Parts: sequence; structure tokens; C-alpha cells
Amino acid sequence: MALSPGARSGGEAAAPTIALDRVTRVFNSRDGDQIVALQDVSLEIAANEFITLVGPSGCGKSTLLRIVAGLALPTTGRAAIAGVQIREPRPETGIVFQAPTLLPWASVLDNVLFPLRMMHRIEPDSTDKAAALLKLVGLSGFESKSPRELSGGMQQRVAICRALVHEPDILLMDEPFGALDALTREEMTMELLRIWSERPKTVLFVTHSITEAVMLADRVVVMSPRPGRVAEIVDVNAPRPRSFDNEADPSFHEATQRIRQLIFGQKHASSNRASS
Amino acid sequence: MPVQTAPLPEKPRKKPSAAVHEVMVPMLVTLATFLVWEIICRLFKVPEFLVPAPSRIWDDTIAITPTVLADTAATLKTVMLGFVVSIIISLPLAVMLTASPAIAGALYPFLVWTQSIPKVALAPILVVVMGSNELPRVVITVLVAFFPLVISSATGLMSVPPELIELSRACRASKWSELWRIRLPYAIPYIFSGLKVAISLAVVGAVVAEFVNADAGLGFLIATSTAFFKVPVAFGALIVLSVMGVVLFQLVVIAERVFFPWSSGNTPVAS
Repeated sequence: MALSPGARSGGEAAAPTIALDRVTRVFNSRDGDQIVALQDVSLEIAANEFITLVGPSGCGKSTLLRIVAGLALPTTGRAAIAGVQIREPRPETGIVFQAPTLLPWASVLDNVLFPLRMMHRIEPDSTDKAAALLKLVGLSGFESKSPRELSGGMQQRVAICRALVHEPDILLMDEPFGALDALTREEMTMELLRIWSERPKTVLFVTHSITEAVMLADRVVVMSPRPGRVAEIVDVNAPRPRSFDNEADPSFHEATQRIRQLIFGQKHASSNRASS
Repeated sequence: MPVQTAPLPEKPRKKPSAAVHEVMVPMLVTLATFLVWEIICRLFKVPEFLVPAPSRIWDDTIAITPTVLADTAATLKTVMLGFVVSIIISLPLAVMLTASPAIAGALYPFLVWTQSIPKVALAPILVVVMGSNELPRVVITVLVAFFPLVISSATGLMSVPPELIELSRACRASKWSELWRIRLPYAIPYIFSGLKVAISLAVVGAVVAEFVNADAGLGFLIATSTAFFKVPVAFGALIVLSVMGVVLFQLVVIAERVFFPWSSGNTPVAS
């Protein structure tokens, strides 16, 4: 798809940066205990940077994503987009979940248009924009199909279009390929990189897969659980465009090894502590 | 009464031959049942005040066609009024129940209480309070029919994937658009499975009400004809009632298929 540079008004310089400053989030569990999902997480993300969050279950990755989305508020600390504190969901973020969660009664096109409809922002050219997005993800001609007629990978592509339709500067993805089979998953990873290169955005991508995290990211934020903290931020210096063909690249290998060490090293340490 | 037309689990787009089978088989089974019934009655000379033969039921019922038609119309009116009022009451109730735990806590005991009262016992009291007219009959019908509709609608409204609610919040949509654009459409298959139960129960409710207080209606016809040992007429009324129940049920099924084709394919609750 020919990318029209004018589509993103305001230019790259105005794109917001995400800044988290000692963000802590505490949940009250049902039996009255307090669960610290995130503790003192500080993170700065530059415009159009691709960040992946990786870590074991329960390390607060999703909570972090929801705080940036404005769906959850920090208990203490400050989360801001472009210097403005996040107090509620903001129009410059788009979100993709693990499940496509498309509306079963609506066509593919209407599913993509759904956020605009909910925001009362449907305009005469909205349909063209949605169609262009569907073309971008290779789903031209599927506009009037029902989500039921699509495969899991195709449904997730529609969900990505849905997250992009209001032209957000920040794309938040919560294990978007977690429910897909391994082959589709690799395909979608490359697809996402292509979309990102055609429509640059700040991406915050949560995943369990170290390979996926390294393949996609400029920087991988490795998190440790209970309470969720940033263990380390690993730079991935591999050149772009990337593909699974050059997975043997030393920079990939180096980053992967470091992340493994951080995640599994901790696991061993904590299990040793538990057994002693 | 073996009117076996309850819908089989529907598959999308049947072949014409399959559709013919689906209609033909239950019809043949029904016919065969009547035939066997007739033969047994004649063969063993079953007294007609116990079980009348189908031919006798037919003759006696046809003989009073105008009465039967008038009674059918009366019952149908009560059923439909009760059904419509049930819908009007149930959907807002379901929305309120799912709106907040506090409202649910306040409403649930009341709802369960209305269900624990035996409707047959309540009917004569309602007649005294509301007078001998259509009103207590409709109230009884509603009391019998509305509860499953409330419960399945409420379940449907809560069945929305949490991600979609988050998406709606991320779009800063109002509670109203969330209800209108996400929750209600999601609840449609559940609402329809509630409607299917409700329409069947509405027929039951109407007949119960007619037993207690009516001067017309199929329930009234059964009560009066049995009082005079006109058992074939009572059986005739029973058959008309069950046909009415099946037809109304099928109308709900058809309405779902026509207006919400995406819903009937993936009905979450077995109907």
C-alpha cells in the first residue's frame, strides 16, 4: 500500500512519548490481601519506538499496558503521555488484546469502524480509511465478510485494523499473537513489523515469547514477578528490516541469551529460596 | 401429545433434501402416533371418558368449531399480552440487575420471591383484588413466564468479553452506547433462548389463569367440558393448546433467524 505521508498530520516531532515515573499499582484481592502488581516501574519510551514487555506470568505486564491505556490508574507514581498525566483513556492510544474479540454480528468493515462509532467520530472518509487499513493487512475483499468466516490470524489482523482506525500514535498490544499457532504467529510477527514500518507508531507489545520480543523490539523490557518490577531493559541492536531468516544474527543471540538469563535465572533463585 | 417439532440443533444452510426430511419425519411420526392411538382405542374398546379415540376427538371438537375458535382467540390474546408484558418488564429488569451489584442485591430477593409463590394459589387472590377480567389472567401469565427471560437476558448482558468492555472504555463511550452497541447485541442469543422458554410458559400461565377465572379460553373449555365428562372436547382443546405452543415457539425461532441470522447459528444455551 502506498503510504501517504500527509495522513499523519502534525509530523513525527509532535508524536508523544510515554513516561512512567515510579509507577506502583496495588490491587485489593477479595480476601482483603493487597497484591502489588507493579512496584516502582520507571520507563521512558521515545516516539515511534518499538518496546516489548516480556516476563513470566504475574509480573504486571498487562497492568502496565492498562495503565498506559488509561484503563487502570497507578496507585502511586506518575504515568504520562507527551507530558500529560494519564487519568483516563486517551484517543492517542489504540489497543489489541490476546483474543480478537470482534463483534460477531458486524461485518469485518464495521468491526474496524467500531471504535470510531463508539467515539462518535464517523466521517465520510472513515470507510475509505478502514478499507485502506484492511488492504494494509492483506484483507482486501473481506470487508463484508462476517468474523466467523475468518481464521484466527485473519481475525487478529482485523483487530489490529480496529486498533489503528482512529489513527493513534501509540499502539498497545497485550499478547496479540498468544492464541495463534506457531506458524501463523511468525507470519503475524513479520506482518506487524511491515505495518509498523509503513505506519510508524510507538508500540508497547506484551508477550511471553522471547524470540518474538527480540525480533520485534528496539528495546525489550524484562520484568520480574511478585511484585512486578523492571528487571532490566535489553537493547536489540539488530538492523532493520528484520526477518526470522537472520535469527542467527549475533545481536539477536546476545539479546535472547541475556533475557533468558534474567527470566530463568530469577526463577531458579526464587525456587531455591522457596525450597530452603 | 406427541407433536415432535422441537428444533434440532440447526446447521447453517441445509440442503433442500435435508429440509424436507426435517419436516417430513416429525409429521410422519405424528401421523403414525395418531394412527396407533386410534387402533388401540378401537381394538381394546377403551372407554371414551378415559382416553377417547382421535376420530372421536376430531368429531366432537369440529362439532363446536365456533366455540373452539373463540376460546382459542381468547387464550391467544392472554398468551400474547402476557408474553409482550414479560418482554417489556424483563429486559429493563435484566439491564438493572447487571448494572450494579447493589441493584442486583436489592432486586434478586424480590424476583426469587415472585417465583417461589405458587401461581395457582395466587390466582384466586388476584381475581379478588383485580376483578374478574383480563388483568389477573395477564398478571398470572407474566408471573409464570417472565423469570427465565430475566435470568437469561441478564446472563447474556454479562457474557460480553471483558476486552470489549475495555475497548468501549478506551473509546470513552457512554454506558448507554456500551449497552446499546455491545451488551444488548451480545445478549441477543441469550435473550432468544429466554424468549423460547417464556413463550412456552406463557401458554401454561394463561391456562392456569383460565382455570381459576375465565368465561372463555381453552383452559376454561377444558375445565367446563371435563366437569360434564365431555372428555373428547377436553382432549381437543388440549391438542389445540399444544399446537398453539409449538407454533408460537417456532415463530420465535423464525424471528431470531430472520432478524438476527448471526445469532441462531451460535446459540449459547441449548433451547
